[in-house]
Amino acid sequence: MRTKEETLLVHTDRHLLSGREYRGTSRIDGPLVYMRNTHPVGYGELVEIIAPDGSHRSGQVLDTSDEAVVVQVYEGTDGLNLPDTGMRFLGEPLTLSVSEQMLGRVMNGLGKSRDGSTLPQGAVEKDVNGEPINPTAREYPRDFIQTGISVIDGLTTLIQGQKVPIFSGNGLDHNKLAAQIARQAKVRKSGADFCIVFAAMGVKYDVARYFIDSFEETGVLDNVALFLSLADDPSIERTITPKTALTLAEYLAFEKGKQVLVIMTDMTNYCEALREIGTMRGEIPSRKGYPGYLYSSLAELYERSGKIAGRGGSITQLPILTMPNDDISHPVPDLTGYITEGQIVFDRSMQARGIYPPINCLPSLSRLMKDGIGEGMTRGDHPHLANQLFASYSHVKDVQNLASVIGEEELTSLDQQYLEFGNFFEHKFVNQSFTEDRSIEQTLDIGWEALSILPSEELQRLSDEEIAEHYGK
Amino acid sequence: MKDRIVGQVKRVNGPVIILKDVTDASMMEMVRIGEQQLIGEVVKLYDGRATVQVYEDATGICPGDNVYGSGLSLSVELGPGLIGTIYDGIQRPLEKLMEASGAFISRGISFPALDHEKKWPFVPKVEVGANLTKGMTLGEVVETERVVHKIMVPPSIDECVVAKIASEGDYTVEEIIATVVLPDGKEQKLTMVQHWPIRVPRPVTERLALKQPLITGLRVIDTLFPISKGGTVAIPGGFGTGKTMTQHSIAQWCDADIIVYIGCGERGNEMTDVLREFPLLIDPRTGQSLMQRTLLIANTSNMPVSAREASIYTGISMAEYYRDQGYHVAIMTDSTSRWAEALRELSGRMEEMPAEEGFPAYLPTRIAQFYERAGFMKCLSGETGSISVIGAVSPPGGDFSEPVTQHTKRFVRCFWALDRALASSRHYPAISWIDSYSEYLTDVQPWWSQHSDGTWQINRQRIMELLQKEVRLQQIVKLVGPDALPDSQNFILEVCSLFKTAFLQQNAFDEVDRFCSVGKQVRMLEIILGYYQKGSEAIAKGVPMVKIRRLKVVQEIARMRLTIENDDLQAFDKLQLRLERSIDQLGGIYED
Repeated sequence: MRTKEETLLVHTDRHLLSGREYRGTSRIDGPLVYMRNTHPVGYGELVEIIAPDGSHRSGQVLDTSDEAVVVQVYEGTDGLNLPDTGMRFLGEPLTLSVSEQMLGRVMNGLGKSRDGSTLPQGAVEKDVNGEPINPTAREYPRDFIQTGISVIDGLTTLIQGQKVPIFSGNGLDHNKLAAQIARQAKVRKSGADFCIVFAAMGVKYDVARYFIDSFEETGVLDNVALFLSLADDPSIERTITPKTALTLAEYLAFEKGKQVLVIMTDMTNYCEALREIGTMRGEIPSRKGYPGYLYSSLAELYERSGKIAGRGGSITQLPILTMPNDDISHPVPDLTGYITEGQIVFDRSMQARGIYPPINCLPSLSRLMKDGIGEGMTRGDHPHLANQLFASYSHVKDVQNLASVIGEEELTSLDQQYLEFGNFFEHKFVNQSFTEDRSIEQTLDIGWEALSILPSEELQRLSDEEIAEHYGK
Repeated sequence: MKDRIVGQVKRVNGPVIILKDVTDASMMEMVRIGEQQLIGEVVKLYDGRATVQVYEDATGICPGDNVYGSGLSLSVELGPGLIGTIYDGIQRPLEKLMEASGAFISRGISFPALDHEKKWPFVPKVEVGANLTKGMTLGEVVETERVVHKIMVPPSIDECVVAKIASEGDYTVEEIIATVVLPDGKEQKLTMVQHWPIRVPRPVTERLALKQPLITGLRVIDTLFPISKGGTVAIPGGFGTGKTMTQHSIAQWCDADIIVYIGCGERGNEMTDVLREFPLLIDPRTGQSLMQRTLLIANTSNMPVSAREASIYTGISMAEYYRDQGYHVAIMTDSTSRWAEALRELSGRMEEMPAEEGFPAYLPTRIAQFYERAGFMKCLSGETGSISVIGAVSPPGGDFSEPVTQHTKRFVRCFWALDRALASSRHYPAISWIDSYSEYLTDVQPWWSQHSDGTWQINRQRIMELLQKEVRLQQIVKLVGPDALPDSQNFILEVCSLFKTAFLQQNAFDEVDRFCSVGKQVRMLEIILGYYQKGSEAIAKGVPMVKIRRLKVVQEIARMRLTIENDDLQAFDKLQLRLERSIDQLGGIYED
């Protein structure tokens, strides 16, 4: 047992020892490097790895004991060997030097310049892991963001400070939709200071290119910070990319008062990378081999959105994830749905019928919508109208099922009116072009036009006054 | 406390830390780790080593760091001032944390759960020389406008004689309000504060039968699947099916005296919503703000996982404390799946052998221990109180066959299954009338009979039969279309569809509809069954169903939940009269 003085000594020693270089590792396994005989190293410390060719890489302590330290290397372990690999334990967690000048730049997953140019040194160093926001410090989000897309604005309204993922599948138009939202999103009440933080995890070069081009075309590129960790970059880098991006977003939102939209694609790749490391470390897996802490890991990212009382800015998250085999009960979309405040769900059959955006509104949901719409925010009839559209469209699905069994001719005349309504709804309300920017009033009016196809006594979720004012107009 | 070193850190693996050179640590002891003083709890002891779970982010802890013992189990502080405060999973007041560390929660800070400065108006209820046993009341403090907080003899004192009692006046929770003499002649000084280890149930005299329903104001629950005061219920449902909304509604409108709301691994914004909304809502029974009866625990999904594991015990210990004062407490846990996942994560880090889906083998035991702390009790003080547990379950993929749902089902007696198809068509609350059940029906039936002129049981049975018939008829309709059914059967579909829109659906944001009184529920059910009765008779006389369906009065029935106020029972009589008259008129036309 040490005395107090000795403890103090250990702490001073540790301070002196941090930065000291060790050479010779005992084991390298995938992205993990094991090293014995070091000074006591703190959990989660930042590590600088010196490869045999003299290049520097960064890593983080995953497990530490008095016998060995396990370090994950973010740039991958290619080219490292046992005797000549050096390590420096820096005695502090991984930080990112943040500044407003990062807007307009393209960086890698660790926040270093991708094209070799030097980044402006930020004045502030931030721990990339962040800290949980105190629930009492949060401000409840209720400012409506107009995306100009009817099915989102009308039925799954986006609120500033909300986190809403896009559940998509391979080959669907999620990138197009994200680009359109990035271009059109605006808060109507104020001339807000808007910017975008874009994080790409394991996506193909063309996809990244698509986003850069579309930002460039619309002239917003100067207001976008891009963190790219592409498909051919080491998979481990994907586990840090969203954290780096959100660290910058927090700085911009909560210290500089900006309205930040964070687009993260593709969350499935992030989870795959976590699974890879978990398996490598021999952890006990839970569903489909994903680690038991997947929920906590995802929550640590998604919960970094929101608003803080008294600080002007906000972080709105739009993560994109591709559902493996279009399966919404797969662990990644499933756990995501439990954390985020709603979801926007894509439907392959709608895309096949040529409807853009191919959003199936029935499983889609915006949990914060209730407090951000209605009189004074969008329009007084919005809540009931949205409710009625959901109920009626849901009945259309039942009628379609029935029609596929007994044939359309056998349907009652009321049910045929429902089919007509469904058709109008999908082709006129949901469907719109990539360049079409509808105002919320336009969206609601199209909704009324659709409902006017049905007899007014079917509209039980709308009040008589609303029907009198808008029905059939 | 900092001086008693119980061991040193050997290994750090996320929230699980192994200690070496362990001297006198005891199981479940609360410890402080390193110079940062992070809070942890001893969960395993072996061969001079100990496993500790850390309640805060472990970054920066080094092998060799000292670990300090506190000599106490992880406990809650109980006394006046709990109500209206928001705590994290280990009872740290979040508002105090915000004052100390700003909008983000830093590590290693702690505050007492209660405000030790605030003075409370204490009124003594015993005199010097009184013989008291454990749990009996020494005095009272008005905690909020609707809660009188009873200061009790702690359960650790079996019997005592009051030697001194403070006179009426304002005291802080730290000041001594009584001195008692124990049977062995020792004196003990008592304050308004008690400490209680969170993992141990507080003692009671006996458990009583669950005869009273917990009225929630939600029709589908009260009328179809009621829960008793002291009962346990699980609400399972995939994401987006409305677990949280249902829990919020119950927390707002149920007739419990005290609500303990535990946000266990859920969204930060939801807790902000509760914090923002509850103070503004007015309780229809007392006319006071709902925050005056609510205790909140928020351990959101991004807060440390060990504290999430502890949060439900912290919550139920506080609930038991108010039950001991003779209150009816309802406790909402949202969600127990996140708690079970925290168990799984910690178990995995401790390298324990997993059972189903990676969950530890002791999961069912822990679930049972938690739900068994509910009940309708005769307390030590002689008063009765109850704890009803309403636990949300979040099954992965909405699949109810997963371990947490299945094990929970074994230990609860009421089950409100949320249905995705209903949620998608915005039928809220999306409680399925096919998959849900309540074993409290027979227990609460006498109470309901008293409050409905004896009709409740029969009417409930009739509507349940209709709903079951509807399922079979729907299968036929799916095959051959509705036209193939005779009008008498089509009318059943029609009545069920009306029952769903007019009765089962409830709009949580509508001023009138969000809470439905017992009287209104009884009358609404009667009117819908009356419609079925009269309509069937008319159809038997040859009236086409379409004509009945188009009656204006049917539209009024469909909207009665929104248009008729809770106390306005006369309006229902008028509605019923109009209904009978309209159908009789129709019948008159076709009779000839």
